Amino acid sequence: MLTKRIIPCLDVKDGRVVKGVKFLELKDAGDPVRVSKRYEEEEADELVFLDITASAENRKIILDVVRRTAENVFMPLTVGGGVRDLSDIRSLLNAGADKVSINTAAVKDPNLIKRASDKYGSQCIVVAIDAKLIRNQPALAKRSGPGKPVTSNQKRWEVFINGGRTPTGLDALKWARQAEKLGAGEILLTSIDYDGTKCGYDLELTKAVTSSVNIPVIASGGAGKKEDFYTVLTAAGADAALAASLFHYRELTVKELKGYLKKRGIAIRC
Amino acid sequence: MIAIIDYGMGNLRSVAKALEAAGAKNVKVTSSAGLILRADKLVLPGVGAMQEAMRELRKLRLLEVIKKNIFRKPFLGICLGLQLLFSESQEGGKVRGLGIFKGGVKRFSRKLKVPQMGWNQIRIKNQESRIKNFKNIPDNSYFYFCHSYYVIPEDKSIIIATTDYGREFVSAIAKDNLFACQFHPEKSQRLGLRLLENFVKI
Repeated sequence: MLTKRIIPCLDVKDGRVVKGVKFLELKDAGDPVRVSKRYEEEEADELVFLDITASAENRKIILDVVRRTAENVFMPLTVGGGVRDLSDIRSLLNAGADKVSINTAAVKDPNLIKRASDKYGSQCIVVAIDAKLIRNQPALAKRSGPGKPVTSNQKRWEVFINGGRTPTGLDALKWARQAEKLGAGEILLTSIDYDGTKCGYDLELTKAVTSSVNIPVIASGGAGKKEDFYTVLTAAGADAALAASLFHYRELTVKELKGYLKKRGIAIRC
Repeated sequence: MIAIIDYGMGNLRSVAKALEAAGAKNVKVTSSAGLILRADKLVLPGVGAMQEAMRELRKLRLLEVIKKNIFRKPFLGICLGLQLLFSESQEGGKVRGLGIFKGGVKRFSRKLKVPQMGWNQIRIKNQESRIKNFKNIPDNSYFYFCHSYYVIPEDKSIIIATTDYGREFVSAIAKDNLFACQFHPEKSQRLGLRLLENFVKI
């Protein structure tokens, strides 16, 4: 049986692992290769590297990090952050990434998803979506025109780009469906509202996306305790759950978490 | 020397590094027919679409040298490297593969999440392969899968492992010194390296 995946995420800045809260306040959390090795020993199912290096000249550092990781760790590795075009994707895949995640560039040029998946296969193209709840729903209801009023229980989420800073006006569910149609092999869904809060994943958002598409969805943002993983993998239908700080600071080990989920009857490799 | 056949598709570096970690001393990633001819063992990896792969192999004039040497030395096919061994695929109309084995390559049902992405178990179907290809690997072990298509061999005797995803599908085949799997041993941590070690030690 295909198992649900537990995925530690490493935010990498200038070649070091860092972790912030709500996309801000960065703390140093170690060397990416060493951290990856520890996760491999704990039998994490995959790793995600998110490159948040700001300056263009330091972007090459991530290729070296990926190269060194792929030499030492034999498990699936997804790399994202600052991927703009096919040549960025090719460089990352050649360095040893198995999948590349695209976010801002895909929103600006949706056809990049199609070109990338035609060229390298859907299985290695992940579309990352950072979504935020739209608070003033009535205003949107008016804009969406008569006949289709948005009721209060039909929540909507907007896609943000540039590390969660820039609103796009795009509806997260529509965007997820479009990404699938264009050839995305997986969706990495982050709730901006829940990220770093440790009060659990955004179940409504995750559920809405997993029921809109037919490709795997990785839930991200908000994990605080073991139960949160259980709920997002069951009630919200996520195929994988991602967390960063929880694992980094060893508040919870991957091994302990997987043992717990298995005991609760989830298909887990351990 | 182990030659990993490079046709511009897929993560060859990972395969090379994993083989080295599994004990291989001399691994070369190559698209040279000469090196493929001289190699002691061959590895055909790859991810992506079969049509594109066949086009690249043809462009590099590697089709004949692969076909001629496939049973002459130990051969390992991974993922697309398994699918390419079959005669045809339903992918994008009809695509012809290398035709080493009769049979087709089919897409998973639209009712499932496709690609199948993640760790799944293998059921070992063949006693001989239990002590050969799968030496030191228990039945029902987990391996990493990442694919939308699966193979349907006409000759059922080559099937050595199956896996369930919506239905039972063939996850590994073997014949003489040829072994090919749908999953990625180079991404399957400890047990993946053990499988590669079995190949390195042939």
